[in-house]
Amino acid sequence: MAHFDENAKPFSHQWLNDRLAIDTLKRVLSTEYWIPKNINFLWAMGMVLAATFGLLLISGIFLLMYYQPNTNLAFDSVNYTIMTEVGYGWLWRHIHGVGASVVFLIIYIHMFTGIYYGSYKRGRELIWLSGMLLFVLFSAEAFSGYMLPWGQMSYWAGMVITNLFSGGSLHANGLVEWIRGDYIPGQAFLNRFFMLHVLLLPLVIIGAIVFHFGTLRLPHVNNQDGEDFDFEESARLYKEGKKKESKVIPFNPVFLSKDVFVMGIYFIFFFYLVFYHFEFAMDPVNFDPANGLKTPTHIYPEWYFLWSYEILRPFPTDPGLVAFGFAQVIFFLLPFLDRSPNVAPASRRGLFKFWFWILLVDMIVLTFMGKLPPQGIWSTIGLIAAITFIALWVLLPIITKLEKKL
Amino acid sequence: MNKELKILGIVVIFTLILYWGVEPFAHSQMHKHVEGHGLVYDGKADIEEASKDKKEAKEKFWADVKRISSIKGDPVAGEATFAMCGSCHMKNASNMGGVTPPSLDHAGALYDKNFLIALIKNPAMATNVDHKYKDTATHPMGAIMSMVSSDQDIANVVAYLKTKKAGEVTPKEAFTEACSRCHANRYAKMTQLGDIPKTKSNIKTGQDIDRIKYDQKVATEQNALADYLGKLPPDLSIIYRARSEHFLETFIENPQSQLPGTAMPRTGLSHEGMEKVLSFLEETGDPSKPARDAVGPWVLAFFIIFTILAYLWKQYQWRDLH
Repeated sequence: MAHFDENAKPFSHQWLNDRLAIDTLKRVLSTEYWIPKNINFLWAMGMVLAATFGLLLISGIFLLMYYQPNTNLAFDSVNYTIMTEVGYGWLWRHIHGVGASVVFLIIYIHMFTGIYYGSYKRGRELIWLSGMLLFVLFSAEAFSGYMLPWGQMSYWAGMVITNLFSGGSLHANGLVEWIRGDYIPGQAFLNRFFMLHVLLLPLVIIGAIVFHFGTLRLPHVNNQDGEDFDFEESARLYKEGKKKESKVIPFNPVFLSKDVFVMGIYFIFFFYLVFYHFEFAMDPVNFDPANGLKTPTHIYPEWYFLWSYEILRPFPTDPGLVAFGFAQVIFFLLPFLDRSPNVAPASRRGLFKFWFWILLVDMIVLTFMGKLPPQGIWSTIGLIAAITFIALWVLLPIITKLEKKL
Repeated sequence: MNKELKILGIVVIFTLILYWGVEPFAHSQMHKHVEGHGLVYDGKADIEEASKDKKEAKEKFWADVKRISSIKGDPVAGEATFAMCGSCHMKNASNMGGVTPPSLDHAGALYDKNFLIALIKNPAMATNVDHKYKDTATHPMGAIMSMVSSDQDIANVVAYLKTKKAGEVTPKEAFTEACSRCHANRYAKMTQLGDIPKTKSNIKTGQDIDRIKYDQKVATEQNALADYLGKLPPDLSIIYRARSEHFLETFIENPQSQLPGTAMPRTGLSHEGMEKVLSFLEETGDPSKPARDAVGPWVLAFFIIFTILAYLWKQYQWRDLH
């Protein structure tokens, strides 16, 4: 058994240290958790995401106290009870709605930062994979949450997305009914998506966030130049007071001070949206109560799913589902499809530079087309963009193999 | 610092392009754009969209309306003629042919003059639902065509409405008189029969018999409406969030323009009437607006100060790093 200081007063520093090793914890997790100095504000997106997740969690807890997971009551519990009868209910709801949309904007910025700087390579594969796992979990969380207000778009998005599981020509209707718990979205459907949204998925997400943090600790955070340097050596310089020569800074308080500043800017933007521009996150169609006898003229997912929706849509059913499946998993494979050993910003990586920007623009085009009605020129552009997306990923191993070693 | 601003610029530009594409641009492509007619009821839109065989009748009808509109009406004579209207448009009126006749207490303020003339001249034509009737006299209000038929009588009644039934009108009264005979508003606790009365349940049985009786009356009224209109008109509690204000305005002005073939009649709202109805719909559909406007600036001010302090802290922590 460890040594315990008999004279330490309960809950004194020494007392806690004997029992919890708080000094070591603080050192390892904060004051001597070394972060490269050569970074920009994009490196703060992780903390911005953590903060947004916190806002979603807190606002969600307040909404959960009044929400009714019942097909007859759900719509009015959200739109009437929470919006009029609950003190500041409207504020929690708008934080939750705007947060759900903005969290994906930040996730995409975070992802594309990683792709641009090559932060998924050389020991950082698990950071990328756990991040992608979080992306999938957040997608499931967003979708299940979208069912809860039980408006027209909840209902019909639920109908369309669960239909995908019939697998086209496989006609696996049994599987679809098993997922829905009914032939059509109904009470069983609402209840299970409610459970997923407020319990199972948040639990798994919290676990995955801890795992994502864990994967960062050994390979360390990447830097703006992809430079590979000796962290131990730099840490020694910093501790000796040679801060200018050292290439690292401690997470707390130096990196954190920048994080908090970036978060401040982000919160101004976020709460501007919450108070003055929340409509973008709450589709008008979803303010009509769910009606199984009235299909809306246009059914489309929220903006963050549009690009993958558009990879499904321009093809005939079966190839469309295959392409859709491809789009869902292909980002996971990025560390293995990129054959170049270079860890550097895309701007220094030859053909990869073009690959990066074409991918980004192509996904924005797919996003636009995913919302527009699939008619005429929009269909054609959507088809071309979807084929471009697939072609880009097929080309990735080839162009990165050709890349010169820096 | 410069580099950071450049990166921020790129992130902001891509975000704005993304926003433009999925919001304003997509919505402009998804919904057909309908121009309003400035709440002028001269039949222009009706004639344009009419089928060939109906065009001539519509042209003639609206020309008649224009002629009557130029006649000077006598409100005193109009009051006597109005007694005929009052035999249906009265307190506690009962359902007639599908709809309960609305109160006309503020008709002069709520409805446009030309529309009122057209409505008395031929209700089905004025409300632009003549496609539903082989003979427009079978419209639930069709009887008026034989009761008040001379140009002068019509002008008199409208002059009476415009002078004596045009007092100050609240948003709720506007909604009640112009919309609520067909549309409920459950968030305002209103049914097609008006405000839901306060009732009490029997403490021994937990049953509220008065409420059950009321609900039955509402159900009967709704059945009659659905039989007449083809379906029960939607509850308007939160329609303000479900449709844009432009849609609501053009739809109310001429329902056929946004939803061809709909059974919804044009209601002929004046500028004042439209403003009041929309403000009631906003009240029930977006009740948090006053609270948002009150709290928003404080929250933003808090985060601006937070950010300034965070910036000073950051400058302090990074002072000797480079």
